[in-house]
Amino acid sequence: MSAGVSNLTVRFGDTIALDDVTVDVPPGRISAVVGGDGAGKTTLMRALVGRVAPSHGHISSPPEQEIGYQPATSGTWPDLTVDENLAFVGGMYGLSTAALHRRRDELLDRSGLTAARDRLASRLSGGMRTKLGFCMALMHNPSLLVLDEPSTGVDPVSRVELWRLLAESAASGTAVVLATTYMDEGERAAYVTVLDRGRALLAGPPAQVVASFPGTVVTTPRPVRQEMSWRHADGYREWWPDGTAPGGRTVDLDLEDVAIVAALQTENGANA
Amino acid sequence: MRAMVSKEFRELRRDRRTVAMIVFLPILLLVVFGYAANFSVDSISTAVVGPQADQVQTQVPEQFEVVQVDPDADADDAQDLLVRDEADVALVTGTTPVTVYVDGSALFSAQAAVSAFNRLGDQVQVEVLFNPDLQTSWVMVPAIIGLILAFIGTVVTSIGLVKERERGTLEQLAVMPIRPSTVILGKITPYFVLASLDMAIVTLLGIWLFDVPFNGNPLVFALGAGLFLFVVLGLGVFISTVSTTVGQAIQTAFFFLLPQILLSGMIFPLEAIPWGVRWISYLLPLTYFTEISQGVMLRGAPLDSLWLPVLVLALMAVLVFTGSVLRFRRSLAPGTGARSGRRHAREKVPA
Repeated sequence: MSAGVSNLTVRFGDTIALDDVTVDVPPGRISAVVGGDGAGKTTLMRALVGRVAPSHGHISSPPEQEIGYQPATSGTWPDLTVDENLAFVGGMYGLSTAALHRRRDELLDRSGLTAARDRLASRLSGGMRTKLGFCMALMHNPSLLVLDEPSTGVDPVSRVELWRLLAESAASGTAVVLATTYMDEGERAAYVTVLDRGRALLAGPPAQVVASFPGTVVTTPRPVRQEMSWRHADGYREWWPDGTAPGGRTVDLDLEDVAIVAALQTENGANA
Repeated sequence: MRAMVSKEFRELRRDRRTVAMIVFLPILLLVVFGYAANFSVDSISTAVVGPQADQVQTQVPEQFEVVQVDPDADADDAQDLLVRDEADVALVTGTTPVTVYVDGSALFSAQAAVSAFNRLGDQVQVEVLFNPDLQTSWVMVPAIIGLILAFIGTVVTSIGLVKERERGTLEQLAVMPIRPSTVILGKITPYFVLASLDMAIVTLLGIWLFDVPFNGNPLVFALGAGLFLFVVLGLGVFISTVSTTVGQAIQTAFFFLLPQILLSGMIFPLEAIPWGVRWISYLLPLTYFTEISQGVMLRGAPLDSLWLPVLVLALMAVLVFTGSVLRFRRSLAPGTGARSGRRHAREKVPA
């Protein structure tokens, strides 16, 4: 049985943080939740680890000791060294000393942090700190790994390394779900959910989401319908739902185009 | 310039704690220094004992408020009254001249009493007990021990807890498979140990550097200190629950510490503070700890004479510590992120 949420609605007073959202997080797969600020990504991650109670709907997740969580703030203790951070987390999850040392060495090796093991977390670069947070979340071999924007503010090289670690975890059978603001990370995941203002605009394998999206997008210097166009490079892109654009050059759709069109549709009403 | 001033006012308006400091602090200082900052004691509690007690009690100067008259009591009983803090001055009649015992641990009352009796010349023989040279340091050191405990308990503890929230690591702890009470105990225990260590060091230093006596039972002192520590640690935990940044925690702790310094009797004698302000003193834990520490260290007061401050501190410890820990616990408990009251519909799936 997969972890995930079904028809989840979360309200904070009058604010609806999540509105009828369903996300499945099966073992061995990387599921990405993409969205901008205030989309509801963090609420969804926190719901999966039991930190947010649903107003409606269901949350399925393994027991606490089977969950690995990296909050948006890397989750590392700045005044502890890399080694001490990992040892603390291992201790909290009840790992024996031998198992803790073995696992710590293995994760440090995989993440390339061995040389920095005696360095205080506060002295690590952003990318290294994120990798440490990731290792901490993985320390106890969780079956569900929940990562809240692990790559935000991380340099491109570190992002590549992070994704290698993510892929290794998923390959070993871990259910991985991550929140991200980067569309390209959504495309790299096996399954993507695009959130906007608490609602799931799109969901599915990225290629399928793009392929099944109706209409065409053209590049044009002067869009015909302002409400269905957006700036791109030195011109505009415009979406035509029936595929018959009066002019412009048709482009190959990507997840970003599809997510923007879906958001514009929501903003302007379904029939726009 | 205008934009800068306008922005500053806007920010200030939304920073309630700073506004409270700007508004509340001057009022507090004015009230305290206007009414409470008074070293002269107008009324000294006095016991008159011995065969002529009834006769002598009518002759004592107005400044001495006779609280007990016992013709059957002797000099030992009179000293015992001072040990138990039932009076600050005891007159023993039946001897010539009349013997007057003065409680040196009540520094300002003692100074006023000695000065008044000295004017009577040979009619009385004055003996200052517990602090014969009326040294300020002897009275201050026991109170400062409390202040140090209060500082560690409120400021250091609240900073330690708020740091976890500020860095987002509290969230990390909250999802770990441990009980919230374990997290709280694990966080507080080091501060309890450190504060206890600090207390021992400061007490020993006070004895060594200032020759402050330790006449009473260390266990009674430890009991008072332990209870007081629970109260101030509870305050520290409470402050951490109403603060999101270290700066806010320090600001809030300041509001709890300042009245304790000014109104606990540590600087200004409680007897000299008018009742309009003095009632605040009786809400402050340091007032009771100072009573215990001065009583044990200087007068060698036994536990049964300190039952009231011990009881009050025990009640405060239970209320403040339990309330604060329960409040902190709420921020760690599962499903507390949503303010919705709906029941958690969360299923566990097999790992």
